[in-house]
Amino acid sequence: MPTANKEQIEERMTAALESFGAERDQIKRDANWEALDVDSLDLVELAQIVEEEYGVKMKEEDMKELKTVGDAVDFVAERAKS
Amino acid sequence: MTQRVVITGIGALTPLGVGAETLIERWSAGESGIDDGLGRCREFEPTEHLSIKEARRADRFTQLAIVACDEALTQAGWEDGPSVDPERVGCVMGTGIGGIGTIEEQLEVLRVRGAEAVSPLAVPMMMANAASGVVAMRHGLKGQCYGTVSACAAGAHAIGAGLRMVQHGDVEACVVGGAEAGITPLSQAAFVGMGATSPSGTSRPFDARRDGFVMGEGAAALVLESEEGARERGAEVLGYLAGYGATADAHHLTAPEPSGEGASRAIALALADADIGPDGVDWVNAHGTSTQLNDRSETEALKRALGERAREIPVSSLKSAIGHTLGAAGAVEAAATALALRRGIAPPTIGWEERDEDCDLDYVPGDARTLESNGRPLRAISNSFGFGGHNAVLCLEAA
Repeated sequence: MPTANKEQIEERMTAALESFGAERDQIKRDANWEALDVDSLDLVELAQIVEEEYGVKMKEEDMKELKTVGDAVDFVAERAKS
Repeated sequence: MTQRVVITGIGALTPLGVGAETLIERWSAGESGIDDGLGRCREFEPTEHLSIKEARRADRFTQLAIVACDEALTQAGWEDGPSVDPERVGCVMGTGIGGIGTIEEQLEVLRVRGAEAVSPLAVPMMMANAASGVVAMRHGLKGQCYGTVSACAAGAHAIGAGLRMVQHGDVEACVVGGAEAGITPLSQAAFVGMGATSPSGTSRPFDARRDGFVMGEGAAALVLESEEGARERGAEVLGYLAGYGATADAHHLTAPEPSGEGASRAIALALADADIGPDGVDWVNAHGTSTQLNDRSETEALKRALGERAREIPVSSLKSAIGHTLGAAGAVEAAATALALRRGIAPPTIGWEERDEDCDLDYVPGDARTLESNGRPLRAISNSFGFGGHNAVLCLEAA
């Protein structure tokens, strides 16, 4: 599995969220899902991308704790390293 | 007395272009939207009408439905939502197959990348009721909402269901129609495999040389309202949906009953529902698929239901211009019927040249023809028949 730093993960997630229809200039670390109009279906797609590219599983119970873009980036960065 | 039901909005997206007026304009002028043996909506660019999120969450059939419904609702003056109680507005959209493009794409994902890679959007995109649900959501329509599935009669069944809903007072208005986007590898191969499509890629309904239908895609929508409600709010009445009849052949999974018995009963029921006889019909917008079997049995059905009058009534097939839009066909043809009645014309069956001894009615070859009104509003029937033996006939009246 490729290693990735936080910046790379943030960049990849930003691209994914933008492809889901979120406005690029709204996608910031402190932006929450509601503000980006990201719903549960989008989050499942995001989890699929993260697992495929970084081998990190974002389970449903993990998702509940991840409220913002930054939360999700940190979650993946932490686990992608190990 | 049963509530009269009026049409206050018409929308269409077809191989002839985007918009209902484009459809009737080009069909009447004898133009064809068929290219290389297919009737694709080539002028449709999803991103011109939908946001990224809307477009990526909707299979093409739903995208087409959204655009047709937007047009119909805008014409009805309801682009920002209905002006009547939204809980009293329904939505029924027919489709033959639903999100077949999504099914094919996701099956490939399953095979190549495994079950875990299948998109969470697959179900909401492929389900056949997606169009009705998405349209209701987009416009805040909170009354009865569902899809109808009856192959190539689905659009007509949706319109019939909406008619009854309004007549019965279940709703004040109903957005009805049909959508199909079935020009996909599996669907094309399947229709070719059963010998239904034209090997020559030509749609020539009722012509002796016809050799099958040409696949098309598209969508159309009508806004139906009680006449009383529409007049009260000052909406423009574009026409009446005067009658509806639906039957089953109970004969064969794909072949129509050769004597046209089931189809003729649907025609007779639609006329009885409109409280008119054969003399009250001025034009037939036929199902006319360009298959040997349909066009022959439909001709039989017309003669059976209309008697001698069948020989006096012009019979046109829109499929000569756009191919067969399957589950959308009933809706696209009803929309075209309403528009043609407004103009007082019978558009042509394009390409009709050679008489078949079994298809011996007047199929309006050449140019569009002016309809004689006989001092009363013009009326027409729009026929739709589907694999499975489904027959649905609508009777429309000019405003």
